Amino acid sequence: MRNPVATAIAIAVGLIILIGYFVPLGILSNIRIYLLDWAIGLAGVASVVAIINLLLVHGRKIKDRREPDRYSILLLLAFAATFIVGLVFGPASGTFQNIITSIQVPIEASLMAVLAVSLTYASLRLFKRRKGWMAVVFVISTIVFLVIGSGFLSIGTQMPVVRDILGALNMLPIAGARGILLGIALGGLTTGLRILMGADRPYSG
Amino acid sequence: MSIENIIGLIIVVAGMGLILFFSLPAANKKKPVFRPIPAFQRLRRGIGLAVEQGTRLHISLGKGDLLSSNNTSALVGLTSLERIARLSTASDRPTIATSGSGSLAILSQDSLRAAYRTANAAEQYDPDRGRLAGPTPFSYVAGVLPVVRSEHISTHLLIGNFGPEIGLVTDEADQVSAFTLASSDSLPAQAVLYATTQEPLIGEELYAVPAYLQAGPFYSASVRAQDILRWVLAAGVLAGVFLNLVGVL
Repeated sequence: MRNPVATAIAIAVGLIILIGYFVPLGILSNIRIYLLDWAIGLAGVASVVAIINLLLVHGRKIKDRREPDRYSILLLLAFAATFIVGLVFGPASGTFQNIITSIQVPIEASLMAVLAVSLTYASLRLFKRRKGWMAVVFVISTIVFLVIGSGFLSIGTQMPVVRDILGALNMLPIAGARGILLGIALGGLTTGLRILMGADRPYSG
Repeated sequence: MSIENIIGLIIVVAGMGLILFFSLPAANKKKPVFRPIPAFQRLRRGIGLAVEQGTRLHISLGKGDLLSSNNTSALVGLTSLERIARLSTASDRPTIATSGSGSLAILSQDSLRAAYRTANAAEQYDPDRGRLAGPTPFSYVAGVLPVVRSEHISTHLLIGNFGPEIGLVTDEADQVSAFTLASSDSLPAQAVLYATTQEPLIGEELYAVPAYLQAGPFYSASVRAQDILRWVLAAGVLAGVFLNLVGVL
């Protein structure tokens, strides 16, 4: 049995925020801003709690007798170093930002490079995994949009026919994306409504 | 009130009314039948196999912040987490949840606790099973990769807001021969997941996960309401296009 008080508070707050969004009443807007400010503060506290939990998990992983995780030591050391440097210089300091980004950016760039290779390989494997017309459509569309994106056909854009064909082709992904986004928006709406109605409670209370 | 606000309010009220109507027992005399999606059949099999083989299920909730507009996919992930954790309480290795934001990590722990409490197995609850993998997109992926590799996981359910970098996780899961069902509300992530996972869910299929996991009548009602709203909106868009063509709009 979930806590009815927590559910009632969640529903009431949700309704106030929703009505405040649609109905331009001064008092509702003020309450809405207060509630959102509290939510931002709470989310910050939740992040601190989650980070402490992350450190504890890795601490326990290091001490695990059966399968100790040596990489967790690196995580704890990196966290401690970042935390201390951040305390000394201040999080907004240029020196601190430079130190962090000069480590973070190359690592993320190399991960992006690995991703590019693994995506290329995955696209090739797609044929093995999904035999059928969808795989063919996938490959044809990949080739078509690679050619369009390369600018190779830009020479022919002075011809009205080529320009119209390219325009129509470029509209296809936009139309598809809008269709998908419409479905996602409606899914998001019904999910939100379930929470507002107390039918879906992603909190135990 | 602007016309946009009035239309928005009408859609919200209509959605609420439809969900309420379809969740009434009178509207469910005949059990709603949803089209079979192979991904869900494989997921159910994956959950059963994990329990039998003593392997683990992993649910990744993505990096969507609860305070942003892309949090609904993570909320679906939380509902699915609770349902799956309840289904797999008999497993030797409990379900694990990873997320890319602090608030989601706390909620995932709460959902796990609720699942064990409902299954009368509160003593099995371990808060370490709902953890923050990393607060930025790449640190999140870097935090999930060791989980995929070393936690004896046989089934991954990736539901939430991801970026294209999720391809690294699905590739790793593929290398250890684990089953992956993935879905995201982000279009770039959907494109990557389509190419890299055995069973991707496209578009609004993401929001049908709890209904297919039989989480309750409200979830089925929600899918039916969503279908009706989609047809109404599609008709509205087509009518708008037609009126624009004839020069009325």
